Amino acid sequence: MPVDFMYPEYEIARNDSRCIRCRVCERQCANEVHSYEESGNFMLSDESKCVNCHRCVSLCPTRALKIVKSDHCFKENANWNQAAIKEIYKQSGSGGVLLSSMGNPERYPVYWDKMLINASQVTNPSIDPLREPMETKVFLGKKPERIERGPDGSLRNNLTPQLELAMPVMFSAMSYGSISYNAHESLARASRELGIFYNTGEGGLHEDFYQYGENTIVQVASGRFGVHREYLEAGAAIEIKMGQGAKPGIGGHLPGEKIVGDISKTRMIPEGSDAISPAPHHDIYSIEDLRQLVFSLKEATQYKKPVIVKVAAVHNIAAIASGIARSGADIIAIDGFRGGTGAAPTRIRDNVGIPIELALASVDARLRDEGIRNNVSLVAGGSIRNSADVVKAIALGADAVYIATGALLALGCHLCRSCQSGKCNWGIATQRPELVKRLNPDMGFRRLVNLLTAWNHEIKELMGGMGINSIEALKGNRLMLRGTGLNENELGILGISHAGE
Amino acid sequence: MKRVYVNEKWCLGCRLCEYNCAFANTGERNMALALRNLEISPRIRIEEGSDICFAVSCRHCEEPLCVKGCITGALSIEDGIIMVDEDKCVSCYTCILSCPYGAVSPSEHGAVQKCELCVKNRSGAPACVAGCPNGAIVYEER
Amino acid sequence: MLKENLNGKEGQIRIPSGCAIAGLFSRSGKSVSGETIVNAMTVMHDRSNGLGGGFAGYGIYPQYKDLYALHVFYNNVSAKEECEKYIDKAFEVINLSRIPIRKTPRITDEPLIWRYFVAPHHNKLMDSQLDEDEYVVRAVIRINTSFDGSYVFSSGKNMGSFKAVGFPEDVGTFYRLDEYEGYCWTGHGRYPTNTPGWWGGAHPFSMLDYSIVHNGEISSYDANRRFIEMYGYKCTLLTDTEVITYIVDFLTRKQALTLTEVADIIAAPFWSTIESKPPKERERLTYLRNAFSSLLITGPFSILLGFSGGMMALNDRLKLRSMVVAEKGDMVYAASEEAAIRMMEPELDRIWSPMGGEPVIVTLEGGAEQCR
Repeated sequence: MPVDFMYPEYEIARNDSRCIRCRVCERQCANEVHSYEESGNFMLSDESKCVNCHRCVSLCPTRALKIVKSDHCFKENANWNQAAIKEIYKQSGSGGVLLSSMGNPERYPVYWDKMLINASQVTNPSIDPLREPMETKVFLGKKPERIERGPDGSLRNNLTPQLELAMPVMFSAMSYGSISYNAHESLARASRELGIFYNTGEGGLHEDFYQYGENTIVQVASGRFGVHREYLEAGAAIEIKMGQGAKPGIGGHLPGEKIVGDISKTRMIPEGSDAISPAPHHDIYSIEDLRQLVFSLKEATQYKKPVIVKVAAVHNIAAIASGIARSGADIIAIDGFRGGTGAAPTRIRDNVGIPIELALASVDARLRDEGIRNNVSLVAGGSIRNSADVVKAIALGADAVYIATGALLALGCHLCRSCQSGKCNWGIATQRPELVKRLNPDMGFRRLVNLLTAWNHEIKELMGGMGINSIEALKGNRLMLRGTGLNENELGILGISHAGE
Repeated sequence: MKRVYVNEKWCLGCRLCEYNCAFANTGERNMALALRNLEISPRIRIEEGSDICFAVSCRHCEEPLCVKGCITGALSIEDGIIMVDEDKCVSCYTCILSCPYGAVSPSEHGAVQKCELCVKNRSGAPACVAGCPNGAIVYEER
Repeated sequence: MLKENLNGKEGQIRIPSGCAIAGLFSRSGKSVSGETIVNAMTVMHDRSNGLGGGFAGYGIYPQYKDLYALHVFYNNVSAKEECEKYIDKAFEVINLSRIPIRKTPRITDEPLIWRYFVAPHHNKLMDSQLDEDEYVVRAVIRINTSFDGSYVFSSGKNMGSFKAVGFPEDVGTFYRLDEYEGYCWTGHGRYPTNTPGWWGGAHPFSMLDYSIVHNGEISSYDANRRFIEMYGYKCTLLTDTEVITYIVDFLTRKQALTLTEVADIIAAPFWSTIESKPPKERERLTYLRNAFSSLLITGPFSILLGFSGGMMALNDRLKLRSMVVAEKGDMVYAASEEAAIRMMEPELDRIWSPMGGEPVIVTLEGGAEQCR
């Protein structure tokens, strides 16, 4: 039908006076946008296939290429905007659910950007991290209610298993399958180098990566793919995934064409079969069931590993977290509605869940009100974009944060949000060997290490400015934050004052 | 001695090395100016098979057959690098025939050309290495 | 002048202050006149700005040493009547009187200042299923948070805090401290950077027999406050001293940790220092830092903690505030400035600056009465 015709969103602008016909763009585009016309010695572009991933732009040696937003437009309409109209055409053509990747891109408030950080002036000194020790090490896990002493009066170490992080940032769950082997290798090696953790996601753990077990969090999700005894024992902690910020309330679906070779082996499912994770865990229909799974996993690993429960930030998150804090879990990970995904139904990604800032603030406050904040550590995820976001999250009450989109960007991702196509030109969200090899883990891991090393420096600078020399003194220290442009309700939920107050 | 090594595992066959090599050896300041409408003749070349590809350039052998076979002394080893003296080369191509890697080729000016690790051009260090997007070509001591 | 009729709104906003502190302690339990500590504060006049001063004395009420001495500020007579009804219900009142004062033009607008020697009402205590100390703590918190115009500023046994808005030396004169004798005294002069302090906001801050004088502005305040409030404490004043007192009370009384362990938590050694310790000590320090991570105090502070039978001097881990300690015979002195110590005792056996995070703990010879 002619109505299904969509004018491409992007145009490829080639500066022909710079183009040397090296054809790198053509070789590097898995979407086959570029082609060379021998007879006339010119390059052709089919912008309808372009996802705007910038692979060609980044590799063009003469900067002859750029991608521009098409100025082709629908008749202006503030209500029926271009995206809304196009989606109608798409769905009336296909009859299918719209799919998207990465985090919610819509114009909801980003509360990180509405909070400002304090600094010392006169009445107490700022601390120079270049001259004084500045500590960012954190321990995650339950803290003891009371101390215990041995017969000689010395303190007994009655701590349950803890995770020790050199800095309060971890890589959140991304499965082998949704991202490539090389992406996983980069994350695993970077975690070891940085003294932090990465997370297997629900894809099992490739046997090559058992060596990074001390820096690995192994996930148990509703499909239980890749879960077996050695897997549970391989990691430093076990995460039960109840939900994901990008798609609260629904499960996952890795299409059969991605279940090939090692991925099928690692997930323990036949090649070519769809890996469908159910929406709920079918053995968890209530909080008491969660408690059973928490303790089953602890039994299976002789109570040697902390258990994390990951939930999506939804309306009733404070009460949910309070339940989890009493379930025997050691750590709660909350994933905000801007968290990324390899694929999610567009409507869900863009309309379900709440911002992590509000969820985190209300969970931390609720757990303190109930006197159970020490039962668990809190990890916040769902679009932590930089070190200032990390500092703000910790000041709101997080023990640490999870990052994933940021880590993928460090590996080359350009947020083209086409992961579901499996043709990632940067070798991340793909299983095609010729694309996977585009991500060299020697370089990828170094970039991740660089990124977090830079963040750690910045966190220390920000802490020093506040006169704080250990990150634990920042946790929940909401006096260090002020809001701008927030209403009373928002300030109340965040538990902060307005700037100037 | 530092040499250029290739790691076919990470070679994407994008051929940027060829263009960076060709550009470095033109002496021009701008790649577009230098290479537009030019059939390049680089000193490093991508070899491609079914699903494997890698770059090939001079290995700077310790006992190089090309130097041994050179009838005019145009090829010599300077600080471990095998260099070409274009003035002495008579284009007999003995070196091309004797190089087991196919790393020597005829140039546009008659004399042979080969990788000289960019020591003679403005790049100063191997341009193919600097321009490889995936760390598939490295310049290092082994 | 109590909080509700004050422009400065202490307790509603947080006011940073600079300060002077001093303390003396007789290991043999010798009685020393309150005049000595007042003199020490006099030479540090410039470290205060007249917006708060105070003292705490230990061993000052030997005749009532088994009773809790409640010192209370009242805004007016009706507040007093209201609060006394509650005190009468909760406690057996053995003695009550106005705290004697000496009028001075430099201390004005004083509230009604009363003192009660009390014991928890036996039946009420039994009903509450609390120990005596916890019972008293809850009653004090109750008065301070729900009785408008009443504020209990001292509640220990055989000890008392005395504080006011004014320079410390004038506060000493006002409360006639030359008429008291004790084995331990601490003093404080306040330099708030904000509007005039409130009488209750002056230091020392006390809770049971703990009293704290503090110089500094801690950057970890809200992290500490929000943590300690989980355990039944209410930080109504928003001052550092208040939160530090509650932390010490929580760690010593509720968690039964020693003062050295308390210092290892609130002014914890850096991880790099901990790494360099022998394995057992490393494990102990790591345990304390991890288990009580939210009670680490950062930012500058020097504190003198008084308790029955002892005194602890402690600096923040970077030593961002001055503090000098000295000894002469059985006497131990501590102060923000050496001059203040020399004022108390010109000829010293030993004088030194303790390292950041290194506590100096002194107790009565033959064991402290109640050294926790």
